[in-house]
Amino acid sequence: MMITVFVITVVSFFIIILPPGDFVDRIVLEANQYGEVFEEHEIADLRRMYGLDQSALEQYLIWMGNILFRGDFGYSFGWDVPVSELISQRLGLTTTLSVVTLMFIWIVAIPIGIYSAVRKYSLGDYAATFVGFVGLAVPNFLLALVLLYISFRYFGQSVGGLFSPEYINAPWSFDKFLDLLSHLWIPTIVLGTAGTAEVIRKIRANLLDELHRPYVLTARAKGLTELNLVIKYPVRHSLNPFVSDLNDLFVKIISGETIVAVVLGLQTTGPLLLQALKEEDLYLASSLIMFLSFLAVLGTLFSDLCLMLLDPRIRRQAREGEMM
Amino acid sequence: MSFAADNANYGTLIWRRFRRHRLGFLGFLFTIFIYLVAAFTEFLAPHSQSTYKARDVYAPPQSIRFFVKDRSRQETFRLHVLGYRSKVDYDSGKRTFVEDPRKIIQLGFWVRGDKYELWGLFDYDRHLFGPIKKSDRVYFFGADRLGRDVLSRTIHATRVSMTIGLVGVALSLILGIMIGGISGFFGGFIDLGIQRMIEILQSIPSIPLWIGLAAAIPPTAPPIQTYFLITIILSIIGWTGLARVVRGRFMALKNEDFIKAARLDGNRPLRIIFKYMLPNFLSHIIAVVTLAIPGMIIAETSLSFLGIGLRQPVVSWGVLLQEAQNLKSISTAPWLFLPGFAVVLAVLSLNFLGDGLRDAGDPYEN
Amino acid sequence: MRTDLLMSVQGLSVSFWEEKRRLQALKDVSFDIPKSKTVCLVGESGCGKSVTARTLLGITGANSTIDEGTIHYSDPKGTLVDIVGLKPDSKVLRRLRGNDATMIFQEPMTALSSFYTIGNQIVEALRQHERVTKNQARARAIEVLEAVGMPDPQAQMESYTFELSGGQRQRAMIAMALMTNPRLLIADEPTTALDVTTQAVILDLMRTIQKKFEMSILFITHDLGVVSEIADEVVVMYLGEVVESGPVEQIFSKPRHPYTRALISAAPHYAGNQESRLPVIPGIVPSLLERPTGCAFSTRCQHNKSELCNIDRPPINLGSTNVRCFLGRAGVPEEFKKEGVTTASDEGEKTESLANVALQVESVSRQFVKRTGLIRRKEKTIRAVTEVSLEIKEGETLGLVGESGCGKTTLGQTIAGSIDPSDGKIRLAIEGQMREISNLSEQERRNAWQHIRFVFQDPFASLNPRMTVFEIVSESLRNGPSRIEDRRLRQQRVYEVLERVGLDPAQSDRYPHAFSGGQRQRIGIARALAPKPKIVIADEPVSALDVSVQAQILNLFQDLQRDLGLTYLFVSHDLNVVSNISDRVAVMYAGRIVEIAPTDEIYSSPRHPYTAALLSAVLTPEYTPNKSRREPLQGHPPNPANLPPGCSFAPRCSFASSNCQQNSPTLECDDEGRLVACHRKNELTLSGITRVSGNAVA
Repeated sequence: MMITVFVITVVSFFIIILPPGDFVDRIVLEANQYGEVFEEHEIADLRRMYGLDQSALEQYLIWMGNILFRGDFGYSFGWDVPVSELISQRLGLTTTLSVVTLMFIWIVAIPIGIYSAVRKYSLGDYAATFVGFVGLAVPNFLLALVLLYISFRYFGQSVGGLFSPEYINAPWSFDKFLDLLSHLWIPTIVLGTAGTAEVIRKIRANLLDELHRPYVLTARAKGLTELNLVIKYPVRHSLNPFVSDLNDLFVKIISGETIVAVVLGLQTTGPLLLQALKEEDLYLASSLIMFLSFLAVLGTLFSDLCLMLLDPRIRRQAREGEMM
Repeated sequence: MSFAADNANYGTLIWRRFRRHRLGFLGFLFTIFIYLVAAFTEFLAPHSQSTYKARDVYAPPQSIRFFVKDRSRQETFRLHVLGYRSKVDYDSGKRTFVEDPRKIIQLGFWVRGDKYELWGLFDYDRHLFGPIKKSDRVYFFGADRLGRDVLSRTIHATRVSMTIGLVGVALSLILGIMIGGISGFFGGFIDLGIQRMIEILQSIPSIPLWIGLAAAIPPTAPPIQTYFLITIILSIIGWTGLARVVRGRFMALKNEDFIKAARLDGNRPLRIIFKYMLPNFLSHIIAVVTLAIPGMIIAETSLSFLGIGLRQPVVSWGVLLQEAQNLKSISTAPWLFLPGFAVVLAVLSLNFLGDGLRDAGDPYEN
Repeated sequence: MRTDLLMSVQGLSVSFWEEKRRLQALKDVSFDIPKSKTVCLVGESGCGKSVTARTLLGITGANSTIDEGTIHYSDPKGTLVDIVGLKPDSKVLRRLRGNDATMIFQEPMTALSSFYTIGNQIVEALRQHERVTKNQARARAIEVLEAVGMPDPQAQMESYTFELSGGQRQRAMIAMALMTNPRLLIADEPTTALDVTTQAVILDLMRTIQKKFEMSILFITHDLGVVSEIADEVVVMYLGEVVESGPVEQIFSKPRHPYTRALISAAPHYAGNQESRLPVIPGIVPSLLERPTGCAFSTRCQHNKSELCNIDRPPINLGSTNVRCFLGRAGVPEEFKKEGVTTASDEGEKTESLANVALQVESVSRQFVKRTGLIRRKEKTIRAVTEVSLEIKEGETLGLVGESGCGKTTLGQTIAGSIDPSDGKIRLAIEGQMREISNLSEQERRNAWQHIRFVFQDPFASLNPRMTVFEIVSESLRNGPSRIEDRRLRQQRVYEVLERVGLDPAQSDRYPHAFSGGQRQRIGIARALAPKPKIVIADEPVSALDVSVQAQILNLFQDLQRDLGLTYLFVSHDLNVVSNISDRVAVMYAGRIVEIAPTDEIYSSPRHPYTAALLSAVLTPEYTPNKSRREPLQGHPPNPANLPPGCSFAPRCSFASSNCQQNSPTLECDDEGRLVACHRKNELTLSGITRVSGNAVA
């Protein structure tokens, strides 16, 4: 666990700093376009000012040290404000959106998956399979674009963003919260479709396997009604592999959120990250990647906990201290 | 249990089962079709990817017509499209296109058109289908903001988009087999370390990681370099999944009775690996690889769409979709979405193919 | 319907649909289940036993149809219900299923869910049918668990399947089936997955509960030994038809159908004659798609009169047993003269004392270290094999028996050199010299492997599906020291060895999937024999096969040994099989050999309490009224990662003294010169089993 967190901080930082080019190069390049020319010593001064003159390792240690001891994630070069100020709200929104999407996927996909397996080759199953294929094959951003187009074309309104214009900069209030909810559904659907498709396919396949297990026959021989026994036994068993893949799903949602947010113009971490990367905004980009990865790790932890609740075998292993 | 008393070998059995997998077989045929398109783009596209006509900016798609009426109102069969008369509304600055029944653009097969060099080997100017008159232009998928033919560009983009998936997966596979093999071969702490590394890499959201790396590619880099850098970036995460599969299969097979038997028959380890293990998990690996290609295609498309993957003048489906990035352009020219359909079709057929291969992979399973 | 009947099945036909093909699983099946009696359904795999049982409860699944017939059930009020007319999910049928009639299955590990406590699953069986409170149901469950002999039932209510031993799981399963006081218990091969000692305990239990609960039992099994032990009535099935039915003593003493007779004869058993061949039924049970016209058994029947049996379906002949056979018209003899085992040849007089030692195992141990925990710091040592010493003479067969987990497979693999011993030496006689074959370099190992060969248990998993039979058999001739350079000579050798094991060399270009289980095992044997080995280690080579095929393969082993002078180490859990083929037998328990002696001595006068317990649990395919009841061995073998101090068997041994609890005995000669690992070897008088005679007593 600690190892994972440590590796993530390293990866997040060095991914940004190691490739050639830094923020100062950007400034110089931009200035050149306007005909300004920097002297060598001016560039060196700039580097010193941004702390970019030190070695990558030194910069990493300083950054880490500030985080650990002062809770300071550094300064955004591009925005000229502390990173923490920039990302706190956006990170909250990203988390909310990701969690809501995960819920959405569960609520939609699990019942459909169960239905498809139990009523194999029914009309509903074919419909679910079709939705599954669409979700599988349409990239997130394309779906977002199509929804944007449709709503613009047929409803004459833009569905982008997470807030109506009047609330964007307003302080938090109940109205603002309601406004958020009313905007949340489009990104949720866009983000959730691929996941939903995947979960339906997975649950269906797992459940189809489980339906032929001997314990189902036992339950049937006990005189349980078909519905009761399916829910109590095979569904419960089929949830297991699904839950252990939960972290995978969550990682994919967070990952997809980046790009969907850009298309839909959401005030989440995605657009900020993209811009920071293009500008070589070192600390902002590193912190964002780091936090998104942490979020994913939290998801993993959550799925492990769920698995422990669900599976007595793992519970026993945990009790015997085999996990950690 | 039924004993098929025939001499069918393993491959034949897989093929038979695969043939019965309808969606899988459909995907197989379509995948072949797409790669054929990718191989002969220049010949198949009516125009080259870069020729444009400023008057045709955002010209809507034209449909093929079959009959022409001559003066005596006699209908004769002649493939053609109708050319446009364009009007510019100077208040809004919008250009509207109206079909002009007099402008008949005749179409034909094997026509002369833009010159190209097929595979860098032959100079040629024939195209499968297009306007008979060399100077005419047709837009079955409409035109883009510079007046380039979207269909031709979509066809041209097939090559880059479809091969980037292949190259990316090949690279991932090489990395995956090497690292997975090292992991399986040495076992112990090396195995443990590599497995943990894979776990950590997989827990990092891939798109932020990709865009982080892709943003570092200098915009001035030559296209071919960008192309390979992108594949490398995609493989950085792609290999982890494949390494796991390879290692898992390897470990599982190692304990099979027939592998033990092979050892007792006096086979050397290398022969066991190549004669026994590899053929037995090859079909599975092929299926997994096939299923990994669409992920790569979508990833490339997404990166290019964000403007940090491939860039003009290289055309990939993602680059083309970048044109459709804002509401303004898609509301004036919804046909800019059409390259998206190519993505969907390619991804679907590869998925069907992969599913079919996986299901057919084990002929003993009923 | 007679009033003493609980259920009566008449003319039942059931089909399954698979990929638009109709498979007739049951054809015109009729039999009765009397009240408070045990009816055994017996037959080889694929004969429709399980389908029959499931049809009675209406749980055959959606892809099956009942084509014809009636299943009359006399409900508690005495009215007759025809189950066939009921919908599978109808109220009446669901009331019958799980309340009046309950079912237990072969493998309780998979038949019970691992996600719920066994208490939960047991309680559910009652609450599904009766309005009782949770506490009442719980109390009842504990009571029933007590009745089936579950230790500490209160605590076990909260345990999960994976926390119980095999026997305990089956007890839990039985308890679940008894919750509603059923009138019929259907048991589908309930002891097949269990070890012999556990099987004896469970059979004992079923007899007891039948008396206690006054219920009928429909018992499905392929094992005639089990039938003779538990049945009142026997129904013999073949290819979805009932070929013979009648009271158990009649079935065993005067079987009338050729199939019943063949099954009884082919079952391996202790006959006191190791140079023997079992009578066999040729061929295999045909697939349902290839059902013969006329008599179902006609393709394999030695009395087949083609103009009669191949054309018409035989009628039912009533009598001491009811048989579906033309009997006299087809020339089936009235009297059943049990075909005893026949001595294969008379030149087999062995001069054992003079024979040379072929293999020497000296104090071999094998441990596995299992690392667990996050960074694998915790270690568990699993002692699979501990200080085993033995010798096998040239041309001899040593049987190695023991229950699952006793280390016999590990020992076999260690001797074969596929894993190295942690300690000790293994020597093989090569060109008159004893050479060490353990801990060799891979190169030297390959040299040794031409002399010592291995036959695997699973005829499916042990053949590479991607190679033809020819390639599989010729592998050892392409590599290493037994390489035959000349292609024609190599081919000649492969053909020779294929013919030797009874396969047609013309079929050697086929892939393994084209062969049946028995044929595949022949391929496995051919592969072992190709480099002309001296010694063959066979690990449970017949346990995956049906009775009739089992006999064929056992005979093949006998013939090969006689003709080629082979030496065998024959590993098996089945004492009947081992007695049939071995000259000497070694008994293993918890990784050690506890007793080793010539077969007759072991079977007739065992010296170790464990051997005696094993033998008392052996069931023979023979009906003897009033069997002297033996005390089944309770408990289960120790965990090899956590062996008790002292004698590993002490916790289960009724003779154990305090010395046994503390000190581990070694394998030593007792006063009569027999090798036994027991502290009290010279004090105990133990009884074995008597040989089953060649001719059954009428």
